[in-house]
Amino acid sequence: MRALDRLALILGLGFLYAPILILVVYSFNASALVTVWGGFSTRWYGVLVADVPLREAAGVSLAVALASAALATVFGTLAALALDRGGRFAGRRLFTGLIYAPLVMPEVITGLSLLLLFVGFGLDRGLLTLVVAHATLGLGFVAVIVGARLRGLDRSLEEAAADLGAHPGRVFATVTLPLIAPSLAAAFLLAFTLSLDDLVIASFVSGPGATTLPMRLYSQVRLGVNPEINAASTLLVGTVTALVLTASWLTGRKGVA
Amino acid sequence: MRRLLPVLPALWLAAFVLLPVILTLKISLSTPATAQPPYLPVLDWSAGIEGWGSFLEALDFTNFETLAGDALYRDAALSSLTLAAIATAILALIGTPIALAMARAPERWQPLLVALLIVPFWTSFLIRIYAWIAILKPEGLLSAGLIRLGLISQPLEILNTQGAVLIGLTYAYLPFMVLPLYAVLAKLDPRLPEAAADLGAGPVRVFWSVTLPLARPGLSAGALLCFVPMVGEFIIPDLLGGSDTLMLGRVLWSEFFSNRDWPLASAVAILVLVLVVGPLVLFREDEAAAREAGR
Amino acid sequence: MASTHGPDPAGLLTCAGLGKRFGAHAALADLDLTLQAGEFVCLLGPSGCGKSTLLRLIAGFETPSAGTIRLGGADITADPPHRRPVNMMFQSYALFPHMSVAANIAYGLSGLRRAARQARVDELLRLVRLDGFGPRPPDTLSGGQRQRVALARALARSPRVLLLDEPLGALDRALREETQGELRALQRRLGTGFIVVTHDPAEALALADRIGVMDRGRLVQIGDGASLYERPANRFVAGLLGDVNLIPGRVSARDPAGLARLDTALGPLRAGGAAEGEGIIALRPERIALARVPSEDGPDLAGQVVETTFLGDRIRIQVRLADGTVWRVSAPTDADAPAVGETVHLSYPPERAWLMPAEA
Repeated sequence: MRALDRLALILGLGFLYAPILILVVYSFNASALVTVWGGFSTRWYGVLVADVPLREAAGVSLAVALASAALATVFGTLAALALDRGGRFAGRRLFTGLIYAPLVMPEVITGLSLLLLFVGFGLDRGLLTLVVAHATLGLGFVAVIVGARLRGLDRSLEEAAADLGAHPGRVFATVTLPLIAPSLAAAFLLAFTLSLDDLVIASFVSGPGATTLPMRLYSQVRLGVNPEINAASTLLVGTVTALVLTASWLTGRKGVA
Repeated sequence: MRRLLPVLPALWLAAFVLLPVILTLKISLSTPATAQPPYLPVLDWSAGIEGWGSFLEALDFTNFETLAGDALYRDAALSSLTLAAIATAILALIGTPIALAMARAPERWQPLLVALLIVPFWTSFLIRIYAWIAILKPEGLLSAGLIRLGLISQPLEILNTQGAVLIGLTYAYLPFMVLPLYAVLAKLDPRLPEAAADLGAGPVRVFWSVTLPLARPGLSAGALLCFVPMVGEFIIPDLLGGSDTLMLGRVLWSEFFSNRDWPLASAVAILVLVLVVGPLVLFREDEAAAREAGR
Repeated sequence: MASTHGPDPAGLLTCAGLGKRFGAHAALADLDLTLQAGEFVCLLGPSGCGKSTLLRLIAGFETPSAGTIRLGGADITADPPHRRPVNMMFQSYALFPHMSVAANIAYGLSGLRRAARQARVDELLRLVRLDGFGPRPPDTLSGGQRQRVALARALARSPRVLLLDEPLGALDRALREETQGELRALQRRLGTGFIVVTHDPAEALALADRIGVMDRGRLVQIGDGASLYERPANRFVAGLLGDVNLIPGRVSARDPAGLARLDTALGPLRAGGAAEGEGIIALRPERIALARVPSEDGPDLAGQVVETTFLGDRIRIQVRLADGTVWRVSAPTDADAPAVGETVHLSYPPERAWLMPAEA
């Protein structure tokens, strides 16, 4: 490997990881001053465990993430199937645009516009509106991941199943679904992570009693650097890392792009 | 059966993507009010056609006139575009060597490198930006480190400047630039740069005349994926930019949450959409041209 | 373009002791090869035999683990590809998709002034009979036309040696045979040294002055087509260049003419070749004569016809001999072919059979 390439990778990955590592290291800092090292301690994890509002917020986030990821996976997979198998249908271009729009649309716009929708139809803001908003955000990502797998699928496998007498429902259940299963799992995990991570959209569409973990963290971060947040971040980073590694293992295992 | 496939997702997307944007457009033409909901007019369904008539009459462009007339909003729009453009350029400059190095790495390393790039990308955005506060603040790690090295004597005043916002944007969006570039470069036939070298081109000419032109779809996709969300970015200017940095996402946020001016916030949202439609159209044309050339 | 160098006794291009390892895998081991000026050499072998690696070493895309490469006396082993007076025509051509045909051909001519470059491109387009195709993008061309663009691009810099990696591999059969003749004629006219990598023995025989047969990273044998066909170094070479009957045996004596006498399962048989001890006789099907009566001299090789196959220009007859082995005999189609089940007597001129060492 060329020396310049190696340098680019080391600098690039160093840039990406250094802030996270600093955060993790300082979560074990005995001192309350974030920039002064006062020796190793787990005291901030103790503070974290005792922080009831933060724990409640984490519970809300997990529940919302599970529900919205499940919805996103179902609808995103249907959308991917529609694009891959639906042939030509009226409004196909608009449909494609609507799938991709939440992927690039600035979050403030997604959040504000969904809020205006919920208010306009007199829906009370809370868990339900959060789930719907996050499912909409995740849907596009699911459609992209599952769509890539569907395009890479060897069509002759499904044709073989049909040739052997399986009706379309059985072909889907016994051939298509098992083949795209790893990408479904990966897509679910990514939708879950996105929901868990979102601050902006949640701030718009959630109501009293539905404060998510990022919302709670944000209100503390605004007050300045705080070691308890470092501890919370470390746990969050650890969870997300585990999820991403699982997802990439699942996709990599079956040769999914 | 096959015909019915798009129905459910299409209904969902129409209800939760298309309709909200249309509503935002409508409310951007409304007037703020101290009511619930806090804007006027509200369509009176019971009044039938006449209700529609008075409803449409009450809509106007006041909010957009406010946006155009007030230097605050003009500056915010300008600095959103400028910062997003500079950050995109920086990302292209530092993302290309990284993507190139990944694509040229031994094949069995590549999935690992991609995973390494993705892990922070899915790690809480808020927390990754928060991490930079501790690094950039005057008594933070960067200043402390540089002072210890004797490179500077006074703490750096980076936090709460546009420089900090640029660092944050570059940091947060790096994977969005590198991944599409890598995807194109990894698929590039390795014989093409070899053929160029074989025909006498040195490494620099190989890069400019063969690798870069062929990587262009990846570069423009990466630029799009970074530029568009950056224009509406909220967390980064809010946490790193201080009160001096006005970006549209932040203006929208404060109009909505602090001033409770929903119509003006909607107008800002529409403005952001209009500003990012340009790059989107350019990208599509570029993509179409690339497809044309690659056919 | 004429070479500025005169004839070189050491050869134009010399690879000495060349080796290449990829981790634990030896892609190429201890290879010696000399290309004379104006010579056309084919490297023939199955995929993975190291022939493409050798080409990439000569072009400079890989650095050898051992050995040297010299061109016209100068050591070029450490030179990067863009400084070597050697050019490559890539497998499936590697034409730059974002440049026109003319820009592809002109790519290597950046040292020339615009007018000279234009003139050279026109000259090359004429050479490969693609006049007027300059402005076209490569992917609007047919396979044969793209092949000729790739050839023109590789020739643009008047390389001392042109390396061609499966140059005709992407063409259909009819076009391939026609192009073989063109390639051969072009090489004669230019006098450039050509090294062609191919897995097709017929192509190697049709093109090359000399064929180097490669197997598992080694150059097994190099020579002109006839000598490889008639006097293969081992059973791999024998089998690669055409159908062959292999008869194992042991050398027991030599007659005054130098022919070896072997004890085989079919009794004593004779063959040319210097091998000693355990050996294998390579006997081409078309060297075997087939008769309904035993031959006057030589051993009586009687057998039963088990199958006849009409192949157009000849008939292949399979005969089971006394020891149970089946020999393939090739007979002209006008011959009075025996029927299946008929007993026939086989004979061959012993100087047309070739004795190879048993190992390998």
